[in-house]
Amino acid sequence: MGIVSPGFQGRPRTQEPALPPGQYLTEDFPVLSAGPTPRVSLDTWEFVISAENGSDHRWSWQELMALPQETPTVDIHCVTRWSKFGTTWQGVSLDTLLADVDTGAHFALAHSYGGYTTNLPLDDLRGGQAWVVHSFDGAPLPAEHGGPARLLVPHLYFWKSAKWVRGLRLKTMDEPGFWETAGYHDYGDPWREQRYQGD
Amino acid sequence: MERRVETPTAQTLVLEVPDWPGHLPGQHVDLRLTAPDGYQAARSYSIAGPAVDGPGGPRVEVTVQRVHDGEVSPYLIDVYGVGDPVEVRGPLGGWFIWRPEETAPVQLVAGGSGIVPLMAMIRARRAVGSKAPFRLIYSVRTPTDVIYADELRRRVRDDFGLDIAYVYTREAPEGWRGEPHRIGLADVNTHGWPPDLEPLTYVCGPTAFVETVADLLVGLGHPSRRVKTERFGPTG
Repeated sequence: MGIVSPGFQGRPRTQEPALPPGQYLTEDFPVLSAGPTPRVSLDTWEFVISAENGSDHRWSWQELMALPQETPTVDIHCVTRWSKFGTTWQGVSLDTLLADVDTGAHFALAHSYGGYTTNLPLDDLRGGQAWVVHSFDGAPLPAEHGGPARLLVPHLYFWKSAKWVRGLRLKTMDEPGFWETAGYHDYGDPWREQRYQGD
Repeated sequence: MERRVETPTAQTLVLEVPDWPGHLPGQHVDLRLTAPDGYQAARSYSIAGPAVDGPGGPRVEVTVQRVHDGEVSPYLIDVYGVGDPVEVRGPLGGWFIWRPEETAPVQLVAGGSGIVPLMAMIRARRAVGSKAPFRLIYSVRTPTDVIYADELRRRVRDDFGLDIAYVYTREAPEGWRGEPHRIGLADVNTHGWPPDLEPLTYVCGPTAFVETVADLLVGLGHPSRRVKTERFGPTG
């Protein structure tokens, strides 16, 4: 327990069992990004998985939409301390996208239209834990929330769910992404409160 | 801890942080409060200026805007008293920063309490004697909502190479040209730097404000990589 702040009561404790440490619940959907929102045309949109052996697997928008679709409902946790429960998305599981990719890599660097990057262990993108999503609450994903498509990796802080995602580079060595280079944690588990380097 | 009333809804808290390692303008701290039963709440606040030396060690300023129904900001403004302990973590954030050795022109665009990290840049510029030309566009609801109003008036007179333009969205002061309006293309184009000068741009404010301004800047030809943004969500 920290130093008690005299007179501080805080909100009534609602006993939210699913709230990670240091988070509070919001009904809104705040936006966090480091720069202007990129506008990406569906005609030229593509998603590319580049394996460490140099081979590329590519999907156009039409090809992505033709893959088996899933509708995950998940809780999301932003490092700026808001959490949102029960968000519903639609998209394609990374298990589906990685199925035909021959790789021995242990890491992935997700990269986005606009230049954003974030790194994740490849295992965290497998096993029904991650998606490329294009819809939120039944409607096309708005650009400020990462549309046309973003990564969704809800078991990690939300900066790992790269907006405007364009592809994954699979890597044998871990390479820090944008926020990870700027002092944020390499892995970002909200349940262990891994916000910043050293947590 | 000292406090300064900035506006009817914003106050600056001067915190004594004995082992403060120093920071760059634009960085923030996390303040964490603990209730008697161990419940904790933490929020991020932008640092408002360079650290200054005090008798008890370095002093770090944050400016807190009251959030209606907030959990932390009303406590910090109404209850938190001089001498009360608070846990400070920081400095944090390595992207939305201005490095005082930069010489490129800088344009700052603030919406409401988004002025705070940008004020840190203006103050740091003066503190190190930087000659980088600065322009600030500051959007507020009414004249009484201007945080650091007196200091900004003084700086625009004394800090050579600093220009400030205000945009009023609800109520403008006597003598201000035009009607109250939300920030638009003409404001950014008239009071910002042209893209040819390759300025560094920092935009901070509520999400909708930042989205609007960043889109305008990109539309005017500023490369996205030169436009850094910080959005204030509904945190309390």
